[in-house]
Order: sequence, then structure tokens, then C-alpha cells
Amino acid sequence: MSRVLVGVKRVIDYAVKIRVKPDKTGVVTDGVKHSMNPFDEIAVEEAVRMKEKKIASEVIAVSCGPAQAQETLRTALAMGADRAIHVEVAGAEYETLQPLHVAKILAKLSKDEKADIVIVGKQAIDDDSNQTAQMTAALLDWPQATFASKVEKSGDGLTVTREIDGGLEVIKTKLPAVVSADLRLNEPRYATLPNIMKAKKKPLKKMTAKDLGVDIAPRIKVISVEDPPVRQAGSIIPDVDTLVAKLKEGGHV
Amino acid sequence: MSQPHRRAVLNLYKTLLYLGRDWPQGYDLFRKRLHKVFTKNSGEQNPEKVQIMVKHGEFVVKEIEALYKLKKYRAMKKRYYDEN
Repeated sequence: MSRVLVGVKRVIDYAVKIRVKPDKTGVVTDGVKHSMNPFDEIAVEEAVRMKEKKIASEVIAVSCGPAQAQETLRTALAMGADRAIHVEVAGAEYETLQPLHVAKILAKLSKDEKADIVIVGKQAIDDDSNQTAQMTAALLDWPQATFASKVEKSGDGLTVTREIDGGLEVIKTKLPAVVSADLRLNEPRYATLPNIMKAKKKPLKKMTAKDLGVDIAPRIKVISVEDPPVRQAGSIIPDVDTLVAKLKEGGHV
Repeated sequence: MSQPHRRAVLNLYKTLLYLGRDWPQGYDLFRKRLHKVFTKNSGEQNPEKVQIMVKHGEFVVKEIEALYKLKKYRAMKKRYYDEN
């Protein structure tokens, strides 16, 4: 039986239209709906399923972020995690928190909690970094199975099907290992109201990066954040001849 | 409302309200519509009919959950996997 550590991130909800701050330092987060990163939901679901299949003995959810990250942890607990650890990083520190710092925190916690499997979403939908799983595995010197679309227990290790360009790759790893969840790994369950209520009774430990001895000084600086280019407006053409002429002009025929 | 189903009806209402927070057209619209439906049927005295209504409500809960899941999956697929 193994212990599973799952990383979850609180991000701006996928359905929200993102607005860039006028001073180009970032995006507007105040008063905007947040929820758990969809790929992390898949990671939590996979960990909970492992527990239901008796592969895992305990599921620990971890989140690094401001006080509101606890809501995201509650969601993870409502989905079936046993306990949660909130590593509080607030204000300016959180704005400059990077995947490397999160990876260091996850690596330290994996050792402290004696985890055998670390599962995280392949990337977060806010910064799209896709680095945390890889760096956590490197820091721990554990094997990594990224972009997993199927995870099975085989012998004393895992058999993981990975999504790669134009196909699938099946790999075997020993434990302990780091897994990152791809979209097709599973269909995450909905955190129901009664389960959210029950989750309030589950243990949630609060820590700081300092407690873990992790330095979260920024390594990179964000120079500017800008909107993607706006799509140019189309025009209506009166007849086929004009269309052909325009296409020739544009070099399409 | 008949007393034996009071709890079930209240639970259903709370569950639906909770689900309404993620409603694409906004919580207010969902809440108003939900309230209207519950008020409309609030005079129902026949316990059997109330039970049928609660069953239907539970079906609607499952449908909404499925809708949210599918909507999110499609959004993710469109954003990250449909390159062409």
C-alpha cells in the first residue's frame, strides 16, 4: 500500500474571460471566480481511485497559495482526499512563486510525509508552465511518468500509458514515482454539497515555505503581460469573381 | 408540502442551489427559475406525486453535474488539444 501526495492549484475558473491589468503586470484576479485547476481535479480523482482500488492507503492533498487555497483543498477533500496541507504563500510572494518553488515544496513534503506516489496535473490553466511534475521528480531523483492517460499497478511498480505526439507510449516505473495527469486519464467526480460539508471535518495542516526550509525568492521576473492579438474583422464579398480575385491577391490559389 | 417529504425536498433545493453557483448564465437566473418551479409545486399534497417530483429533481441534479463535466472537458480539449 502506498501513500499518495496530490498537488492542487487554485486558478481563475476556466469559464472566466481573462482580463489583463492596464499596467501589464499580470491579470485581474480580484473579485474573479476561482476554482481548482482542471488537470489537478483529474490528478485528485486518480489518487482517490487508487485508494478505492486499495492501491493507496492514504491521499494527501497539497496546495501552495494564499488563504483562499484552502477552499481548493476542501474541494480535494470533498472528492475523497484524506487530509490536506496548505503551504501558505501570500501577496507579493505568491505573485512571483514559480514551478521550481512548488516543486521544491512538493519534494520536501513527499519526503516528510513518506509518500510513494506524487500525482499532479500536467499543467495549470493559468500559467501553462508544465514543469512542476518534471522538476519534482528531478529534485527527488524519482522516475517520472508525465502526461499519463492510464495508470495501473503492476508488481511493485506502475505501468503508465503516456500521451505523446501522434500516439501513446507505455512505460513501467518503480515506486516511488511522480505522475502527471493528462486530460483523458479519468473523468473527475463532482464535489457534492454533503461531501463539501463533510470535508470541513477532515484535517487541514497549515505551513509556510520557511517551515519546510524552501527558499521562494523569485528566479525570473515578469516584464510584461499582454493580450493575445485580436483577430481581424472579415468582409463580405459581392460575388464569386471578386472572391477569386481576392484569393489570388492573397496568394491562396 | 407534505411533512414526510419535507427533508427530501429541502435537501434537493439546497443541492440544486449549490449547483446553480456554476450555472453558465449566472446564479441569479438559476435561483429565480429554481424558486419558481418549487413554488409552483409547493401546494402538492399527494405524497406519491411529491416523491415522483423529488425523483425527477434528483435526475436533474445528475444531468447538471454531467453538463458541467462535459462543458469543462470540451473547453479543455478545445484549448489544449484541437490544434487544427
